[in-house]
Amino acid sequence: MKTVIVVGNGMVGYKFCEKFVAKVDQGSFKLIVFGEEPRVAYDRVHLSEYFENGDAERLSMAPREWYQENNIELYTNERVTDIHRNSKTITTLSEKTYNYDYLVLATGSSPFVPQINGVDKDGVFVYRTIEDLEEMLAYADKIRKTVKKPKAAILGGGLLGLEAAKAVMDMGMEPHVVEFAPKLMPRQLDTRSSKVLQVKLKSMGINIHLSKATNQILGNGHVIGMEFGEDDVLNVDMLVISAGIRPRDELGKSCGLKMGTRGGIAVDNKMRTSDSSIFAIGEIALYNQMIYGLVAPGYEMAGVAVDQILGMEQTVMAAEIDMSTKLKLIGVDVASFGTPFMPAEKGHSIIFENKTESLYKRINVSHDGKRLLGGILVGDAKDYNMLLQMYLNEMPLPKNPENLILGSRGGEDVSFGSAMDLPDTAIVCSCEAVTKGQICCSVKENGNESVKAISKATKATTGCGGCKPMVDDLVKETLKSLGKVVKESICEHFEYSRQELYDLVKLRKIEDYDSLLDEVGKGHGCEVCKPAVASIFASIYNETANRQATIQDTNDRYLANIQRNGTYSVVPRVAAGEITPKQLLAIGRIAQKYDLYTKITGGQRIDMFGAQLHELPPIWEELIAEGFETGQAYGKSLRTVKSCVGSTWCRYGMDESVTFAIDIENRYKGIRSPHKIKGGVSGCIRECAEARNKDFGFIAVEGGWNVYICGNGGANPQHAQLLAEKVDREIATKYVDRFLMYYIQTAPPLTRTAAWLDKLEGGIDYVKDVVINDCLGIAEQLDSEMQYLVDTYKCEWKEAVENPEIRARYTHFVNAEETDDNIEFVSLREQKMPKAWV
Amino acid sequence: MILTLNTYEAVEPEKVSRWFKAAPVEKFPKNGGACVKYKGMQIAVFNFTREGTWYACQNLCPHKMEMVLSRGMIGEDQGEPKVACPLHKNSFSLKTGKHLNGDLNRIATYPVKIEGDFVYIGFSE
Ligand SMILES: Cc1cc2nc3c(=O)[nH]c(=O)nc-3n(C[C@H](O)[C@H](O)[C@H](O)COP(=O)(O)OP(=O)(O)OC[C@H]3O[C@@H](n4cnc5c(N)ncnc54)[C@H](O)[C@@H]3O)c2cc1C
Ligand code: SF4
Ligand code: SF4
Ligand code: FES
Repeated sequence: MKTVIVVGNGMVGYKFCEKFVAKVDQGSFKLIVFGEEPRVAYDRVHLSEYFENGDAERLSMAPREWYQENNIELYTNERVTDIHRNSKTITTLSEKTYNYDYLVLATGSSPFVPQINGVDKDGVFVYRTIEDLEEMLAYADKIRKTVKKPKAAILGGGLLGLEAAKAVMDMGMEPHVVEFAPKLMPRQLDTRSSKVLQVKLKSMGINIHLSKATNQILGNGHVIGMEFGEDDVLNVDMLVISAGIRPRDELGKSCGLKMGTRGGIAVDNKMRTSDSSIFAIGEIALYNQMIYGLVAPGYEMAGVAVDQILGMEQTVMAAEIDMSTKLKLIGVDVASFGTPFMPAEKGHSIIFENKTESLYKRINVSHDGKRLLGGILVGDAKDYNMLLQMYLNEMPLPKNPENLILGSRGGEDVSFGSAMDLPDTAIVCSCEAVTKGQICCSVKENGNESVKAISKATKATTGCGGCKPMVDDLVKETLKSLGKVVKESICEHFEYSRQELYDLVKLRKIEDYDSLLDEVGKGHGCEVCKPAVASIFASIYNETANRQATIQDTNDRYLANIQRNGTYSVVPRVAAGEITPKQLLAIGRIAQKYDLYTKITGGQRIDMFGAQLHELPPIWEELIAEGFETGQAYGKSLRTVKSCVGSTWCRYGMDESVTFAIDIENRYKGIRSPHKIKGGVSGCIRECAEARNKDFGFIAVEGGWNVYICGNGGANPQHAQLLAEKVDREIATKYVDRFLMYYIQTAPPLTRTAAWLDKLEGGIDYVKDVVINDCLGIAEQLDSEMQYLVDTYKCEWKEAVENPEIRARYTHFVNAEETDDNIEFVSLREQKMPKAWV
Repeated sequence: MILTLNTYEAVEPEKVSRWFKAAPVEKFPKNGGACVKYKGMQIAVFNFTREGTWYACQNLCPHKMEMVLSRGMIGEDQGEPKVACPLHKNSFSLKTGKHLNGDLNRIATYPVKIEGDFVYIGFSE
């Protein structure tokens, strides 16, 4: 049995293992992997997502068990220190020795840190590993305690530098990108596109400093600034260096492998180094005199090395490697492909620029007008995938190539058709080298009819994810060509999406579930469609949950939240958390009388637990007599609008947050929606009400209110996004009216606003277009529909206690007065608690 | 009283030895359920109006042993009538008691008949 040792458990090292075990018979080879990092290989490309969710597990390429299952010996936290080519052995930091037949070097690269005076100060970071990010976060936390609006500089305005800039901005720091060259992304952009991008970044709050050579880093022990020239200083509290990469070739150097003049281990097109039993792949490998700092070529190299070791010598690396790239994450589209800029003798360029819209598009076309040579897209890169494919596959250009970037403006010459026009050999996912043919075939022959299924079966989209839109198109188009309709139906009883059902109910004026089922559905319904339809009725007719009780979800049916022992909780509305001492006393008295456990909720109100079904009506009767109304804590509806005390009490307050919050909570109370909605109002940017993790939030600023939407706490926290700035209360309310109504009409069932926005094509800009610019021409209608809901509000608990028929539902047995004797309570901290589940 | 799963045993229609007169028909909501007490047991009875049939089963959900099934939503899964537990939406066939979206224990089902305006549940003793 031969032994293959892989040094480096990074993205490419992992890919080697994956491809190796897929091709080799168990038992014929032994595979040993060493990784210097403490974690198993993770997805570095999506490293920045760690800032969003702090979830390292989610980034890992495969769990540790995967290595076990595939008989791979994995040693993490173990650096290989020497290679002894004569004896074909390696030694590790813990001084163990291992024999190899083949050695694969996948040691990647490390960030290049220029020799500037002071780079060793505290607060200077690089951006490559999870540990780097953890340290940055910890440091940022520390300085935020002493500095109000900390600044962070990024040294290097390349692809990675801009990504890092966005990351520090999301960490609450003011980002400053410092670039030595006179333009951003010097390798991908020309001067004009760089200028367009600069304007756009500036408007997003990212500051750009070009043509700056950093002389030294200032500070006593920790960084406080950067000095460029004599009187040219930028004060910063943190610095992230992103000035390029250097291959980690120390192992190759010390054992005498052939190296490039500027580093990297030289390989041929079989990924062999100057020693035929040693291979190098990924960012360590110098191929065609180049280091490729992207995953796609690294993955291809891994595949070549696997085949070579297994004796399939015809597999070699392509002669030309595509370095096309698209910037991800940052909130502005930037992409370049092929030869992005070139002298006029090589071809001619077609350029479109619109600075006010931050748009720049350039394509380079061969002199004979037949081939696309490359291009740059800033501000709108939705055609990137198609253009890239045309370039890669040398597809013929349309008669008027300018249509490729301007769209056809006369109709006679269609710019490009659909993804289906690509040749079958076109590589759609370059990270995993999946072709169009493979994707379509997987849809047709293996029944993988969604992007998810395709990605599982072919691995397409699992790398950088840039090809997702195209894979999505291919799946949909292939399904269409098979005569299948792609539908998002809510369950087996209705072949419609929630939005379609909503429109049908409205159009046909259907008012009850059974008629809807008879007219547009089939069968007898289920627990998925019943509450979804109930919510639609509520949104259109504002009917309470009492009229069609048996289609309501568990909690709505009895207007209370069912708890773990089958008892219920009671939550009266306390708008914005403002409550009088008299009301507090009333709640105390009632809770005591019915022996209820009480707790303050996260939404600034009081929850009373442990009421039995038959006790609910009398409890509510007493609460209503004291002036309370239902808090609808049980509904997929408006919960609370959290507020801070604002300018009424707080010395920082810019406006009256409590008043606004009360008015808003009363405005939207009772409105049912696809999922629960929560709001927040803060009196100033200190944001004590945490309005930015609510579905809608208002924050008072100098000159008005900032309006935020689609934030989320809960399982997937997400910050709300800015919808409008410095508007008055009336406008702020109008925008949120429209946004909520639009969300209510278009979201799938049980989808919170944040998830809805994530899926909405065009994102927040599109919502702005609908809500503010009225691009769909529905603003007036949304306004009047919302006003109808506001005007027809009624407290459904009042309705329930006053109506004997509804009240009669609140008995445990229909044939006996007794109550449920299965319920058991125990006592805890002087209150009662349900007995724990066994 | 401690109720265990063994308290409830399914009754086949032909094994019924006693028809218990539970409650008038109008006490049961259309396409919904209500709970009947019988000798220390809790029986969920469903008025499946759309199908024109009645079903009965134990009120105890075998998942967390809560007396809640009568408050669940009823419906149908590929033609199989079912009830979904209000607590965690486990669904059980109303015909056979089989757990449809997992492998919890089967729930006990009971025959139901309507005579006059009354609902009767069948037990075998
Ligand atoms: C923030 C960020 C964003 C990026 N975005 C993109 C993108 O959008 N698109 C794209 O194509 N690329 C992107 N990249 C680049 C991409 O991550 C790299 O090209 C890829 O990770 C290279 O893989 P590798 O296996 O060669 O190196 P690495 O992933 O760095 O793995 C090398 C591993 O080897 C270990 N190692 C080194 N020496 C030894 C030794 N002696 N013994 C044991 N272990 C050792 C290292 O610790 C490391 O874990 C991004 C990179 C970063 C940091
Ligand atoms: S958000 Fe501002 S106004 Fe409101 S309590 Fe906090 S500091 Fe005061
Ligand atoms: S966080 Fe989980 S356990 Fe706590 S109340 Fe919410 S659902 Fe229940
Ligand atoms: S208790 Fe019934 S599903 Fe959990």
